[in-house]
Amino acid sequence: MAKVTGMTGDHAIAYAAKQCDVDVIAAYPITPQTIIVERFSDYVANGEVKTEYVCVESEHSAMSACVGASTTGARVFTATSSQGLALMHEILYIASSLRCPIVMAVVNRALSAPINIHCDHSDMMGSRDCGWIQLYCENGQEAYDQTIQTFKIAEDPDILLPVTVNLDGFITSHCMEGINILPDEDVKTFLPPRKAVYKLDPTNPITIGALCFTDYYFEIKAQQEEAMTKVSAKVKEVAEEFGKITGRSYGLIETFGLEDAEVAIMCLGSTAGTARVVAEKLKKAGKPVGVIKVRLFRPFPSREIVEAVKGLKALTILDRVATSGAPSGPLCSDVKTALYAETEKPLITNVIYGLGGRDMSPLNLEKIFNDTLKTASVGKIDRPIGYLGVRE
Amino acid sequence: MSEKEKPGSKSLPIGGILVKPGSSTEYKTGDWRAFRPCVDEKKCTGCLICWIYCPDSAISRKPPVVTINYEFCKGCGICSTECPVKAITMMEEGA
Repeated sequence: MAKVTGMTGDHAIAYAAKQCDVDVIAAYPITPQTIIVERFSDYVANGEVKTEYVCVESEHSAMSACVGASTTGARVFTATSSQGLALMHEILYIASSLRCPIVMAVVNRALSAPINIHCDHSDMMGSRDCGWIQLYCENGQEAYDQTIQTFKIAEDPDILLPVTVNLDGFITSHCMEGINILPDEDVKTFLPPRKAVYKLDPTNPITIGALCFTDYYFEIKAQQEEAMTKVSAKVKEVAEEFGKITGRSYGLIETFGLEDAEVAIMCLGSTAGTARVVAEKLKKAGKPVGVIKVRLFRPFPSREIVEAVKGLKALTILDRVATSGAPSGPLCSDVKTALYAETEKPLITNVIYGLGGRDMSPLNLEKIFNDTLKTASVGKIDRPIGYLGVRE
Repeated sequence: MSEKEKPGSKSLPIGGILVKPGSSTEYKTGDWRAFRPCVDEKKCTGCLICWIYCPDSAISRKPPVVTINYEFCKGCGICSTECPVKAITMMEEGA
C-alpha cells in the first residue's frame, strides 16, 4: 500500500533515489539542492542503502566521477543547482556523448552575479543544449514520481542518455507537501537493476572516450540525435506503466481548460500550479482561459504543443530566465519555431518573470490572463516581450 | 578507406566506444613524419639504445641490427641523437 508522508521536494527526490537502489552518487552540496545529498548521506550512514557515496571537491569532479561510474554499468545519481551546474557544464556534454544514463536533480536557482540563491531557470537554460533529456516538475509529488520514472527512461538501451529532473528552488525544493510514497517492492519491480549495453570490464576490455576526428565525430553526434528522437515515446510509455501502479498519469505537456479556451498561459515548473488555480477562478467568471504546462523540455514536444495551441487566439509564454540579447526567452523561441510552418497560430506574447526568485503571485497571473484576453480581442500584440514587475 | 566504405551512424558502436581492444595498431600514424630515421647497417652495433629510447615502440630488434617501423615512426629523431655510433641519420621526407 502506498502511504502519504510529509516531505519537502528535495527530501522526496532523495527518498526516490534511495528506492531506485542507486549504485553510485557523487555530489557536492549547493543551496537549494543540499537537502537531497544530505538526506542521501543519512541513508548511506544508516546502512539503509548499499550506494557508494563519493564526496568530491567540486561539481566538476562530481560529474566527472558520475561519468566514470556510469561507464562501469552502475546506476548513478547526483544533484546540483546554479553555479554547480555551470561548473559541470563541460562534463555534461561528455556524459551525454558517452551515453551515460546518469540521473541528476537540478534544483533551479539563479546564476550569479549578483549572488542569489532563489529560483529561476537560468542554470538549466544555460546548459539546455548539452544533450541531456530535461524534465520540469511542478511540485514535490511530480519530482518524486519523475525521479523513479527517469532511471527507466535513461537506462533504456534505445535511449542511453542522461536526464535532469528540474524543480524550482525553494518553491518546490523546500516546500513541505504530502507525498504519496510507493512501497519499496513496487519500485523494485518497476525498476529492475541497470543492464549496461557496454561497460568497462577488465575481462572484456573496451575503450570509452577515444579521440575521434573529422571522419567519425559527426556520425557519433548523429547517433545522439537519433536516440533523442526516441525519447518522447519512451517518456510516454514509462509514464503509462507508472500510472498503472500509482494512478497518477503524466504527459509530455499538461493542459488545463483548453477545450473552451481562447487564450492560454504556457510555462514550466511550479508556476503552472498557480496558473491553474487562477484559470479556474477566471473560467468560473466566464473567461475563456487555459493553461499549458510543458514537462518535457528536451527533446522539445513540438507536435504536442502545435496540437494544444490549435484554436487559441492568443498565448502568453512565461520564461523564468533572461536570455540576454536573444529574440525571446527559450521556451517562447522554441514554441515559435515549432509553430512556424502552421498557417493558423495564436498571437504570442513573451513575459520574462520571477528572476532571482521574485514571486509570481495569483494577481500577477490574473493580470497576464486579462492582458492575453485583450490581445485576443484587439487582434494585435501590444508588446511582444515584457518584464513582469521590474521597477524602473 | 573511402568515405563510402566507412561505417555510418547506424553501424558504429554508440558514443564512439571502441569495442575491440588493441585497435590502435590499425591507426597508422607514421604519415605525420617530416624526417625519416635511416639506419646504416654497417655502423649499427645492435646496442639497442635507440630501441630503449624510442617513445613510440617503433623500433624492432632484428639482430644484429635494428629496423624502424615507418607505419608508426613520427620522426622525432631521439634515436638519431642517442645513437652512440651515429648510425641513424634523419633524412627529410620527400627530399
